[in-house]
Amino acid sequence: MDTIHDDPYLTKVRGWDGRASGVPEIGTSFPRADAWAKVTGTEKYAADYYGSDLVWAGAKRAGLPHARVKAIHAEAARRMPGVLTVLTHADVKGTNRQGVVRKDQPVLVETLVRHAGDAVALILAEDRETLKRALEEVVLDLEPLPGVFDPEEALKPHAPILHEDHSTGNLLLKADLETGEGMGAFSACDVEVEGDFQTPWQEHAYLETELGWSRVEPDRTLVIVASTQTPFRDRSEVTEALGLDIQKVRVVAPFPGGAFGGKDGITVQTLLGLAALHAGGRPVKMVWDREESFVAGTKRHPARFHYRLGATKDGVLKALQVRMVLDTGPYDHLGGVVMTLALEHAGGPYRIPNTSLSARCVYTNNPIGGAFRAFGVAQAAGGMEQMMDLLARRLDMDPVEIRLRNVLRKGDRTPIGVTLQHSIGMEECLTALRSHPLYLEREKWKAEAGPFKRRGVGAAALMHAIGYGPVVPDVANAKLRLTREGRIRVYSGVVDMGQGNAATCFQIAGSILSQPPDAFELVLPDTERTLPSGSAAASRCTYTFGNALIGACEALKQRLLEKAADLLMAGSAAEMALAPGKVHHLVSGREIPLAGLASFMAESEKTITHRFRAPTAPDRIAVSEEVRIHGLGHAVFSYAAHLACVEVDELTGAVDVRHYLSISDCGRVINPQAYEQQIQGGVAQGLGYALMEDFQVRDGQVETRDLATYILPTAMDVPDMDVEAVQTHETTGPFGLKGVGEIGTSGPVPAIANAVADAVGVRLPCWPLTAERVLEAMAPSSPETRSAERRTRSKSRVHS
Amino acid sequence: MMIHFILNGEETEIEAPDRRVVDLLREDMGLTGTKESCGMGECGACTILVDGVSRLSCLMLAAQLEGRSITTIEGLGSKEALHPVQEAFVEQGAVQCGFCIPGMVLASVNLLGENPAPTREEIRKGLAGNLCRCTGYQKIVDAVESAASHLQGKDTP
Repeated sequence: MDTIHDDPYLTKVRGWDGRASGVPEIGTSFPRADAWAKVTGTEKYAADYYGSDLVWAGAKRAGLPHARVKAIHAEAARRMPGVLTVLTHADVKGTNRQGVVRKDQPVLVETLVRHAGDAVALILAEDRETLKRALEEVVLDLEPLPGVFDPEEALKPHAPILHEDHSTGNLLLKADLETGEGMGAFSACDVEVEGDFQTPWQEHAYLETELGWSRVEPDRTLVIVASTQTPFRDRSEVTEALGLDIQKVRVVAPFPGGAFGGKDGITVQTLLGLAALHAGGRPVKMVWDREESFVAGTKRHPARFHYRLGATKDGVLKALQVRMVLDTGPYDHLGGVVMTLALEHAGGPYRIPNTSLSARCVYTNNPIGGAFRAFGVAQAAGGMEQMMDLLARRLDMDPVEIRLRNVLRKGDRTPIGVTLQHSIGMEECLTALRSHPLYLEREKWKAEAGPFKRRGVGAAALMHAIGYGPVVPDVANAKLRLTREGRIRVYSGVVDMGQGNAATCFQIAGSILSQPPDAFELVLPDTERTLPSGSAAASRCTYTFGNALIGACEALKQRLLEKAADLLMAGSAAEMALAPGKVHHLVSGREIPLAGLASFMAESEKTITHRFRAPTAPDRIAVSEEVRIHGLGHAVFSYAAHLACVEVDELTGAVDVRHYLSISDCGRVINPQAYEQQIQGGVAQGLGYALMEDFQVRDGQVETRDLATYILPTAMDVPDMDVEAVQTHETTGPFGLKGVGEIGTSGPVPAIANAVADAVGVRLPCWPLTAERVLEAMAPSSPETRSAERRTRSKSRVHS
Repeated sequence: MMIHFILNGEETEIEAPDRRVVDLLREDMGLTGTKESCGMGECGACTILVDGVSRLSCLMLAAQLEGRSITTIEGLGSKEALHPVQEAFVEQGAVQCGFCIPGMVLASVNLLGENPAPTREEIRKGLAGNLCRCTGYQKIVDAVESAASHLQGKDTP
């Protein structure tokens, strides 16, 4: 039955909000169906759930980065008028553990605090003001322990251990990989360059912080409405951590107000579940304020890289050594997976026959490292693409030319040894960049810099894997239903956190079923209504779910044509065709409306499901099974070439990005407007990472706790970008598409760093390239930065 | 203390709570189109129009509404009859996650009220107080430019 109409938690999006329009075409710009509700303020985000008799929940956070809990004094808070209860780990009836891969994070701390943002107690109060006062009334008796805040220190023998039960101590995960002759190949190189890079944390800073709402329904079902990228995985985690029956847990995922990886996994969900279990059937709301989001939420992993790159005198890459250490903070979260993807992309989109790659992901008492758009690749590309410029300079070659000389082509092996069998447009991207006016006229543009300004141009070449890799099934399940009104309802299993995959469903389904957007309605991810389709992550949403949706649409189309043929006594389904709102009998001209057709169909006939599993790479990469599980070896990649044109102020060191060009191969573009949105937004986040987002942590304490100290790019900082597409056809993708969500984010760090080096001859071993750092590096008297620059240079040497 | 103000065109009289305007709007009046993001006046998500001028509702107390005329996103246009700025945001693809959009739309309305034909640079300057983490701003600037043309009776470029 269509019980959907009575469901208070259901979020349904009408195609174009019911406005009449034509049947969408693949490859044509198409306004997003979700935009109408969003511009009128009527879209109901998780933030907008309240309800009468609302209870507010909040976490008491540890405040110390490493400590033993001696006592939790909550009596005074419990006695406060308006406080319902104060909960601790003793109230958690399940495992009290959460985590995506390794379940090492407590919902509420038992005895050991591992970072300042750990939740120790959970308070339920009648209103926000009482909650705030009660949080201050809960006193934690903590015995401070020596902390470890440096990932390399954490690996030393006498470092404090964060997880006694972890067999390799503070080493969460390691991977070592050699291809070809490995290090032995350096002896045959004519030239080599070395460099060290230290990358910063990056804060997601979504406009909607981590938040949600929960309630235990009269039938004992725990409903959690959360701003999340992963409703189905959340349901499993909540069930296990709190000791519940999975059939009695429902997670509903409205459109998040931004996520970017920071909502890939548990944020508020387990706490909200626990709170609802103690709220006597009342609704509960939890909202992390900006400071709590900064302190307790996940960040892009900081990493250290040592790079050594060897080539022939003609600029042909021969050998690569990369050593990387990632700081995952106190919990795995997705640290092992981020490390593995960084390793896979450490050599960039190049043919390098001999590589020696090693990676370590390490526990510390710093903030939690987690998923962030471009997931390890943004860090690695920031290093590798600067190495390419160092090499070009060493050989006095053009930076684009040296990249072109080494680009991966179909059939080549990637630096980890994956044989590329899918679409590759890397060479086309670089060729298009080389013939773009911004590149052709760069010397003239640079020469036109005004007084006290110096201009530079820098390029970067990128690749980004699509999906989960070889072990974890990369699966999506689409469900369609013909409603009694004759509309087609699409049940989306994968979250749209802003990237537009929900709206793309209308375009895909509309074009296959020949229906305009207003013939559709879309049900957002909900463990009760939609089918599991994995996380909104890994540049996989439209690639994986789109394929599942195509299968479902084709099956529904066939069923509608067959049913209509039977009803109209036509010879076969081949004589029938779908048209907006109806099925046509091509021979007689008769037609039957979809609503009419629906009335003749049994309930079981009106629903179609289709599953798609993404392909995996054929090669078995020579790493441990443990590393392989984390996703090493992808099959399908997107590619891009970026160009940044910057102007550096000699007096202040400020770097102004004046022009930015991005040319990407993300396969066929289904909706050019949505494609541009993804690239522009990704580049803007990369630009913030490159120039201004300076997340500061001292001894495990976050020092940048608000948007006044952590600076995000504004409309004044991001230039108009030139976004182009090299449209290869990926045969495994929906209509030839590959993922576009992440690749834009990896380019700005190296492109801008290379442009700054071109402008002022300064290359920093870290980013963001704040005005202060650039100015200091430009000063001839600066010992620190000059030694850093010298370090990069002195290790570069020319053989023969 | 009773306060009187005009909310989205309607005379409103309430007992002024000791709370911020953003809480009054979202929690007491159910107008959840106004968003809160940073709570300290850095992001612009909670922008409303007070006597036609954009103000941050997280930095205002309810009592400050006395005698004012307030426009929230709910009062600007409906899905059936969008304001030209809203229409342009939809058409130009300026909306992604959408959480900054109510504030961004109202700030744009304010900007176009003060400067009906802004350059792209002026649009960027005018919207610099409103953060967006999704779009990179380019399509928002496109939308405001397009709305300006429309409002001035020119064809949309």
